[in-house]
Amino acid sequence: MKFHWFHLMPWPYLPDDFQQKHRSVWVDVDYNLFDPEKGHHVYNEYLDELEYAEKCGFDGICCNEHHSNAYGLMPSPNLIAAALARRTERAALVVLGNSIALYNPPIRVAEEFAMLDIISGGRLVAGFPVGTSMDTNFAYGVTPATLRERYYEAHDLILQCWTRKDTFHFNGKYTQVRYVNPWPRPLQQPHPPIWIPGGGSLETWDWTTEKNYVYCYLSYFGYIRGKTVMDSFWRRVEELGGDDNPFRAGFLQLVCVADSDAEAERLYAEHVDYFYNRCLHVYTGFADAPGYRTLKTVRAGIRAQVGAAASALRQNLTWKDFVEQGYVVAGSPDSVAQQLEEVIKGLRVGQLMCLMQIGNMPKEKVLYNTKLFAEKVMPKLRNIWSGYEDHWFIKPLPPEKRAKVGDIREPVIA
Amino acid sequence: MAIEPETISVRDGMFKPRVYRAGKGEPLLWLHGAGGMAQGFTPDLEALAERYEVIAPVHPGWDDTPGLEHLDDVHDMVVYYQDFCDAIGLTSFYLAGHSLGGMFAAELAAARPDMVRKLVLVAPVGLWMDETPVTDMFILLPQELPQYLVADPSNLPPALQELFRPPADADEMAERMYRQIANFAATGKFIWPIPDKGLKKRIHRIKAPTLILWGDGDRLVPPAYGELFHRLIPNSQLAVIPGAGHLLPLEKTEEYVREVTAFLG
Repeated sequence: MKFHWFHLMPWPYLPDDFQQKHRSVWVDVDYNLFDPEKGHHVYNEYLDELEYAEKCGFDGICCNEHHSNAYGLMPSPNLIAAALARRTERAALVVLGNSIALYNPPIRVAEEFAMLDIISGGRLVAGFPVGTSMDTNFAYGVTPATLRERYYEAHDLILQCWTRKDTFHFNGKYTQVRYVNPWPRPLQQPHPPIWIPGGGSLETWDWTTEKNYVYCYLSYFGYIRGKTVMDSFWRRVEELGGDDNPFRAGFLQLVCVADSDAEAERLYAEHVDYFYNRCLHVYTGFADAPGYRTLKTVRAGIRAQVGAAASALRQNLTWKDFVEQGYVVAGSPDSVAQQLEEVIKGLRVGQLMCLMQIGNMPKEKVLYNTKLFAEKVMPKLRNIWSGYEDHWFIKPLPPEKRAKVGDIREPVIA
Repeated sequence: MAIEPETISVRDGMFKPRVYRAGKGEPLLWLHGAGGMAQGFTPDLEALAERYEVIAPVHPGWDDTPGLEHLDDVHDMVVYYQDFCDAIGLTSFYLAGHSLGGMFAAELAAARPDMVRKLVLVAPVGLWMDETPVTDMFILLPQELPQYLVADPSNLPPALQELFRPPADADEMAERMYRQIANFAATGKFIWPIPDKGLKKRIHRIKAPTLILWGDGDRLVPPAYGELFHRLIPNSQLAVIPGAGHLLPLEKTEEYVREVTAFLG
């Protein structure tokens, strides 16, 4: 079983009346709510937390890409991964991911991911999300009806960048390049593991299975609601003739560990409330641009995770509700281990993304949550899928082949 | 009398649009807006069909009409409509379009001044002024649509009452939502995220006498755009209909038809 520590990097200073005074946390969120001096500390603390997660023994540390978003301060996850590449040694750098349809030419993504893979000694997991409607259609102006076509084309170009050794031309509909020859190409061969974060669209399951990539359901709704999606995913994998190796699936879960169930509520309730009621306050008009979902998916009745319908489900939920309904897995180490066993086995996932910095949770609580999880929860769950091999994980250089990170801290010339 | 559409073949069957056709007289090609033709041959078209042969095709991509995958932008649409005209033997005609259809009509008239005898643009999109942005139709919530589409939501003629009627049940609501998503998705292909796709570089090529019609209560595409179109189209006149919003053909049908027929003759 693999455990990954996921950071969204939320802005932790949204006001108490945010939901009443502002229509959206995303796209047109008021920039007056940001403060770059505070931001300086926020970014550095968040990087500390990711580095700490590695030290605690998490298998991967995860970052992701959002734009014009007050709950996701990572328009460029590759910058975060680059900072982590030099300050960590062992954990996978799980970039979940780059919204490849947004970059022209997408060669840029092939290059940056290759750099990360090489600098980190082969520790990159390359995530290729389609990207949310808020990010891609509204904040970056991509036409919804062409987004997926761009995405598939960008994917094909990046894969050619990574697997071909010659200089080639690429005559795509959205990208035309006469001389494609990125320097460098990745260290991991034939290429870094590819994970596809998705919200539950039918085409993504087919494509992910066909390509033999990891599918990650990044839901904020928790495992009870996630089960419907993951059950459908596994059914589809079976129909398509894929095996049932749990490592081909990932799931994001909010996790809060404390000494006791009561202590968990005392420590974390306010941050969970901040997350659901401020961070996920997205204007319905931005939730799902027409054309963002394929008509087939619209017909299947699959809806956005954000917007009025989703918010209505969460209206007036208390800590108790969030825990009982599985939005958050919380409590004592034993209680969390027991619930997570249900998550892992129930959803059949080998890659668990733990969201352990939640909303405006301050650093000391984040470190506490992380450490307690690593010491008291992780060991209980480690061997759940021991009968399966994870074919979708990093293959880093062995220690003896790794570069020593220089430690020049003092000026050489005074 | 309900007019049933016929399905025709364009470009050797690559496109199979449905076309509503009624009336006798000079041919008048009508290009619908973002909402599609699901309401069929509406009263404004019926009234025009008393004087002209009205030809109202459904664009590929709208109302489950296939073929949108072959069209990437407004240029493709303009070429498509030339093929469409070839397919039905239309060589010289009156051309009218509403909203997004007005943009297609303006582009077609600029590309083929030889084909278009007179042009009617009803609250078209296609131009952009930073100081007077066109409303972003793509983020409007279903319950907000009426206030942006008509001048007076409290006093609607029957066709608009039907359009804005609350759905009878969950199935109808889902069906309508699906249709709107599909039609707006198609719309996005031509005007996302800003409806400014180069018409300003081509609009001077419009040679046909042109009538520009606007409702003074248009909250989707502000009436200031009427003046801009009027300024940029050489042989044009602007008529503003009081008390009408963006859906002026349906909201003020009588005044609208009077203006169009007075202009076309």
